[in-house]
Amino acid sequence: MDLSEANDAKYSVVAENLCKSYGSARAVKNVSFKIKAGEILGFLGPNGAGKSTTMRILSGLMPATSGRAYVCGVSVANNPALACSKIGYMPENNPLPEDVRIAEYLRYRAGIKGLRGAELKRRVDEVLDVCGLARATSRKIIGNLSKGYRQRVGIADTLLGNPEVVIMDEPTIGLDPHQILTIRELIGSLRGKMSVVISSHILSEIELVCDRALIINGGRVVASGSPAELRREFMPGSVYRISARAGAEDMASVFAAVGLEMSVADAQPQEGGYTLFKIKTPSRENMGEALIREFSARRGLRLRSLENAAPSLEDIFLAATRKSWEQNRSETEADFNKK
Amino acid sequence: MGRFFALLRFQIKTLFISPSTYAATFLFTLLMGLIYFLILQELGSENSKNSVEIFLSLFWIPVLFMVPMLTMRSIAEERKLGTLQAVLTARVSAFELVLAKFLACYFVYVFMWVLTAFFPIMTSYAVSHAAIDDRIFSVSSLISSYVFIFVSGAAYVAVGIFSSSLTRSTFVAGMLAFCLLFIMILGPALIVKIPVSSEYLSAAIESASGYVQPFKALEDFSGSVLDTRPFFFYFSLAAVLVGATSLITEYKAS
Repeated sequence: MDLSEANDAKYSVVAENLCKSYGSARAVKNVSFKIKAGEILGFLGPNGAGKSTTMRILSGLMPATSGRAYVCGVSVANNPALACSKIGYMPENNPLPEDVRIAEYLRYRAGIKGLRGAELKRRVDEVLDVCGLARATSRKIIGNLSKGYRQRVGIADTLLGNPEVVIMDEPTIGLDPHQILTIRELIGSLRGKMSVVISSHILSEIELVCDRALIINGGRVVASGSPAELRREFMPGSVYRISARAGAEDMASVFAAVGLEMSVADAQPQEGGYTLFKIKTPSRENMGEALIREFSARRGLRLRSLENAAPSLEDIFLAATRKSWEQNRSETEADFNKK
Repeated sequence: MGRFFALLRFQIKTLFISPSTYAATFLFTLLMGLIYFLILQELGSENSKNSVEIFLSLFWIPVLFMVPMLTMRSIAEERKLGTLQAVLTARVSAFELVLAKFLACYFVYVFMWVLTAFFPIMTSYAVSHAAIDDRIFSVSSLISSYVFIFVSGAAYVAVGIFSSSLTRSTFVAGMLAFCLLFIMILGPALIVKIPVSSEYLSAAIESASGYVQPFKALEDFSGSVLDTRPFFFYFSLAAVLVGATSLITEYKAS
């Protein structure tokens, strides 16, 4: 990799060919990616995919077996102290001491992050405010807090040193829907101010919060891009869900009339003689309006509902991981045949 | 340096808000108070040593229980909760963290022993009898004996911290510290009792055990002989253990 690329102010994090092995087991295999300044990136992957290991390498907690990682142009391997100063890291399960008060803990964390005197006090007050930890709440003992408030304390801690990159490992794990919404809003509010990397296997969360997603499976990056880009790559075409009083031939005729190739993926009979069709087309263009017009023009066809169903990140994730598993299997078979 | 003091301050605060510290302090002062009371009762019939010398010669009894109670949580609990990782990502090195924990525990250790120094001081104020005054309170003996307690304490606390870094279980860490301290304090006195056929080997064992023997050193200190060898032995042992604990902590955190 060109060093100027690592030093490019456009990118907060540059990782190239990161590998991590535990004996003969390879947890991370040639993972490369870049994170733009102010961008929110989601690490997506099943359990054991290598998300946490990659995050720990980036945060300087664990050395990579090979490969390079730069945080704001600083090499994590060569200058871990300086790289760490640019990162706020919240580990998985957000471990916190139980017996201390929130404000006391944050003051201590600010102290070990190098803040002093008036600056320390101002920054602690700022993060308490940003994370919705009011003055009264800040006097509570951490051990008595709900999971949601504990996550807020963890996020407040990561923001204390005014880092350029915030890394959060599963920030919404174990939270109820209200708490997830609050934490999601909190993470969203950081957009543009600092780069945020969050890992999750909750796909909807990544889709709602992140500008870009990186799908990791079996230690490899299997897909990367914005949800729209991922849809184009892994889910070409469109899917329509149509509830109509019509047969499969009628549907083919309607689609042909608006110039769309189609295939019926599923047809479920409904009450009143209606059928719910799931129809796939190779075109990404939304032809919903033209289809409604065509249905209206035809006598004998009754249309009850029509939906152009964009594939969810879940569909993309399944498609991407399935593809990587097939790839892994064929590689293993090729290795076996060679032997 | 400011970062280290923030870390040290928090470690001391954590120890002072922990119920186990208060339980250890309470039990320690109760036990030591009881021992001192029994020594005072026997003082009339004793005519050789003063009360402080007899009192501190039993230092190993509370050390075996108090040091594990004080240190067992230090690193084992951080590893169990996962807070170790969070600390190490905040520009704090494993050495700084271990040193802060060691100094915090050592501070509490010294604080607890300082409390016991009030027993002879208070007794000498309360009992004013010319015949036993010297045997109740001798400033030189008190200071030099406590210097030994503090110097040897550095190594004992380092043993406790070291044990705590080897496991995630505070109970196992406590048991391990107890066993290591038992071997360290009573081992040299017991090993010379093992019959050895070779005279040369027997002399070598006796000489080596004499060097690491805490009771011999305490006797010297009580007699106001400030030998530099125990200083070197206990402080270098503490330094080696703190260094080893840092390496273990760094390895376990990654």
